[in-house]
Amino acid sequence: MKLLALQRRMARAVMTPLTPGERMRNLSPRGRSMRAEAASFIKPNDRLTSFERLEIYNRQYWFRIFSALAEDFPGLRAVLGDRSFDALSKAYLRDCPSTSFTLRNLGGKLEGWLRKHPRYGGTRQKLAIDMVRLEWADIEAFDGVSVPALKTEDLAGANPATLRLRLQPYVQLLDLRYPVDDLLLAVKGKNQDDEDFASNAFNEKHRGKRVAAVARLKPADIFLVVHRVDSWVYFRRVDREEFTILSALRAGKTLERAVDAAFRGSTIPVDERAQNVAQWFHNWAALGWFCLSEK
Amino acid sequence: MPANRFNNFTDYGIGIGLRATHYDHILTRKPVVDWFEIISENFMVDGGRPLEILDRILEQYRVVQHGVSMYFGSADKIDREHLRRLKTLVKRTKTPWVSDHLCWGSVDGRYTHDLLPMPYTFEAAKVTAQKVREVRDFLEVPVVVENVSSYAEFHVSEMTEWEFLNEVVERADCGILLDVNNIYVSSQNHSFDPQTYVNSIPAERVAQMHIAGHSKYRKYILDTHDHPVIDPVWRLYDRAIQRVGHTATLLEWDDSIPSFNEVHDEALKANKFLASSALATAV
Repeated sequence: MKLLALQRRMARAVMTPLTPGERMRNLSPRGRSMRAEAASFIKPNDRLTSFERLEIYNRQYWFRIFSALAEDFPGLRAVLGDRSFDALSKAYLRDCPSTSFTLRNLGGKLEGWLRKHPRYGGTRQKLAIDMVRLEWADIEAFDGVSVPALKTEDLAGANPATLRLRLQPYVQLLDLRYPVDDLLLAVKGKNQDDEDFASNAFNEKHRGKRVAAVARLKPADIFLVVHRVDSWVYFRRVDREEFTILSALRAGKTLERAVDAAFRGSTIPVDERAQNVAQWFHNWAALGWFCLSEK
Repeated sequence: MPANRFNNFTDYGIGIGLRATHYDHILTRKPVVDWFEIISENFMVDGGRPLEILDRILEQYRVVQHGVSMYFGSADKIDREHLRRLKTLVKRTKTPWVSDHLCWGSVDGRYTHDLLPMPYTFEAAKVTAQKVREVRDFLEVPVVVENVSSYAEFHVSEMTEWEFLNEVVERADCGILLDVNNIYVSSQNHSFDPQTYVNSIPAERVAQMHIAGHSKYRKYILDTHDHPVIDPVWRLYDRAIQRVGHTATLLEWDDSIPSFNEVHDEALKANKFLASSALATAV
C-alpha cells in the first residue's frame, strides 16, 4: 500500500466518531467492519488486536480535540450545560475537522456552523451565538497582531474629511444581545464578586441558575470592544455611537463619515456631541487602539 | 562530541520545557536554567501575550524550538503558511536548531494533531527525507528529527524503526533528537530490545536528547509526559550518553505539571550520567 493511501485510511479511521461509551465503532463510516479495516493495515501483537491498537489513536484524537474545544469555549459550555456542549462538540468536530497546524484555530468556524445548526443551541441559541462570538473574539484579541499605535503628532493638520484611521488588528468589535461578557468573566472566575462561581466548591446548580438568569433577560443591544492592555485581554462596553464610529473606521470610512454615521438618529443632545467625541477619542488613543491607515 | 553540525556546534547542557504554569516563577525568580525548549506552534502567532512572554524569556535564557505539527512523514505537501510562521519565529528566537517528529499527522489538509506512526518503508523514508531537506533549506538552520512513541505497526513495513530512522537521516543528512523515553515506550509496546535501538543509531548525528515519564496500562504504555523518569529509561539514557557523549538534554513534562523546582530537579538528575560520561572520556 502506498504512503498516501495508507495515511488516508488510517486518518479516516482515527477521525471516525467514538461510540457513546467512548470506544471505537464496530463499523466504519463506509459500513465496513472496523475490525477488518484495522486488520488490513495494522499488525496485531501478543496483547492487542489490530482493532485495539487503532482504537488507541481513535480515542486519543477525539479526547484531544474535545479538550481543546472545551478549553477555548468554557462560556459556551456553561450556557449549554455539559451534555448539550458534548453533543455540539461531537457534531461540530465531525463536520469541521481541523485544517490548521495549530489547535488555536479549532473553533474558528464554530459561529457559522452553529448558525446553520440551531438545534445544538436549543432554546438558548441566541445566547449561545453571542457567547461563541465573544469567546472567539477573546482568542483573536489574545494573540492578534498589533502595530505601532498612532501618536498625537501623527494627526497634526489632518483633515477629518479625508483622514482614515485604522484600528489595531487585535481590537474586536461585537454587537451583542446578552451580557455574555459578565457571564464569561464569571465562568472564568475573573470577577471578584464571582469567585465562588468558578471555584471547585461551586456547584452546578448555582452555575445553572446564573446562566438561566442571563438567558431570561430580554435581549438588548450591548456594544463591546475586546482589546488588550499590556498583553492582557479586556472587555470594554461602549455606547452605540462609539461603536458606530469604531465600526465605520474599521470599514475604512473617513473620520468625518464615521462621526456623521454615529449621530444619525442619536439621542445624545447636539450640544454634547463634540465633547463626547473628544472624550471617546481621548480614551481610545490612550488605549492605543489606533494606528495609521495603510492607504 | 557532541557540539556538531546538527546542533549548530553548540554545547548546551540540561534544559526543561517552557510551560505556561511556570511563567511567573521563571520571570520573577529568574532561576538558573541552561536553556528552555519551546513548543514552536505555541508562539507562531501574530502578537500578544505569547510573544511578550517569549521576548522576556529570550532576554534571560537560551531557547531551542521544538515543533509538533510539521509532519515530515505526511504524504501531503508542506503547509507554506506553517513554514513562513516557523521561519519568523526562528529569526526571533535565534534557535541553534529546530526539531520536530519523525511521524505524520495530516492528510488531504486535515489535521489529527497527533504524532502518528510511520510505515517503515523505503517510499516513506524518501518522502520524509525530502521534506526534511525542504524545511531545512527554507529555515536555514539545522533540522533534527525525533523518534516518536507508537502503539501500532503496519503490515507494509519493510524494516525496523531504527533502520527507518537511519534511512531517513542519511537521506536527509539531518540530525536526530533521540528520545530515550519514546524508545522505551515503543520497545514495550512492540516487544523489541531498546538497547538494540540505542546501539543502532548513528551517534555522530545526535543533536539533542529527550527524557520523560509515561503511563503504564495493562496491555500497553502511553507516552503521557506526566510522571518522573523511571529507572529503565535512565539506564537507556546512560547507555545513549555512553555512545553519544555529553549531549543537550531536555526533560519533557506536559501534563499534571508539578512546581518549577520539581521539574528542574528531575531534569538535573541527568547530570549524574553526563558527569560519568565526561569522566569516561577524560580517562
